[in-house]
Amino acid sequence: MTAADARARIQERFGVDAVADGGLGVTLPRDRWQEFARFAHDELGCRYFNWLSAVDWQDQGLEVLCRLENLDAPLVVAMRTRLPAGQTRCPSLTSLYRGANWMERECYDMFGIVFEGHPDLRRILLSDDWEGYPLRKDYAVDTPLAPYR
Amino acid sequence: MEVKPPVPQVPPPVWSEFKDLQEWEKYHQSRPSDDKTSNALASIADAIHHMPGGWIVTTSTDKIFNWARKSSIWPVTFGLACCAIEMMATFASRFDVERFGMVPWASPRHSDLMIVSGTVTIKMAPMLKRIYDQMPDPKWVVSMGSCANSGGPFRHGYHVVKGVDRVVPVDVYVPGCPPTPDSLMYGLLKLQAQVEEFQKTGKRGAASDPGGA
Repeated sequence: MTAADARARIQERFGVDAVADGGLGVTLPRDRWQEFARFAHDELGCRYFNWLSAVDWQDQGLEVLCRLENLDAPLVVAMRTRLPAGQTRCPSLTSLYRGANWMERECYDMFGIVFEGHPDLRRILLSDDWEGYPLRKDYAVDTPLAPYR
Repeated sequence: MEVKPPVPQVPPPVWSEFKDLQEWEKYHQSRPSDDKTSNALASIADAIHHMPGGWIVTTSTDKIFNWARKSSIWPVTFGLACCAIEMMATFASRFDVERFGMVPWASPRHSDLMIVSGTVTIKMAPMLKRIYDQMPDPKWVVSMGSCANSGGPFRHGYHVVKGVDRVVPVDVYVPGCPPTPDSLMYGLLKLQAQVEEFQKTGKRGAASDPGGA
């Protein structure tokens, strides 16, 4: 499985032109997120879940990014999806990759993205009584927070 | 996600909440009236106080106590971040603060000094406060490095306490990022000088400036 091979199969199955830049960058609609991950897992052999993160584009919504790798080929697939503005729901990949569990919890912790189907979605790094999501652009860092700030 | 409401609990007052040592002693001087040993000791102390010239005895015991306090300051082994590396170097044989009577002790219940070495995050602050509260009185705090002094380079982060003096009272600020073992030792000697001046009035020495020596 070479990168060109994979690119052709992605084009055939999803009708998306993958950007070949080091790895393959695929932009997906939100409802095909899980489907593509399953495709990458089963057919492209991407068994390694590298990371999952997000970007806050403010009035253009949140963007969730995820990197999957086939360590044997080697092949890298970076998948991304844009959540509409004001929406925080995204399908979870925990049923496919165990490593997604904590990554999605962290993403929920920092951006407030609610991963649907996650078995244990709660804060992982910040304390349970934390208010707000600190990596959002509209999070006011210098607001007083009792009792230490 | 269900967040449990916090259970309100009133902790007993701690050292930092008292105005001075008299108030603290007043709070702690509640003993059962039939305690014969303490009553005898109290009457002896009372007799000394009321003897002509008896104050000489009490003031010189203060001096002896202060000398003992200052020459056996035991810092609690408590490292938070990269400053802890420099703190360990200070405790190790090359700089050897043990010649000042400072033994890093792995229990807050036997320690007199807490060296806050590193960034205090908001999540860590309650634990730091708890360690401080576990230490017996009188106790001192050295804030080591920019992070503990003011938040340092992480001051505008979302999770950093902007100076450990928002959590516990600080006696000596040691500047630097991280401070070298020499600067920490200088701070510890400053602290010794403060402890020597420790009065029964409970007044602490003026905290040194975070910027200057």
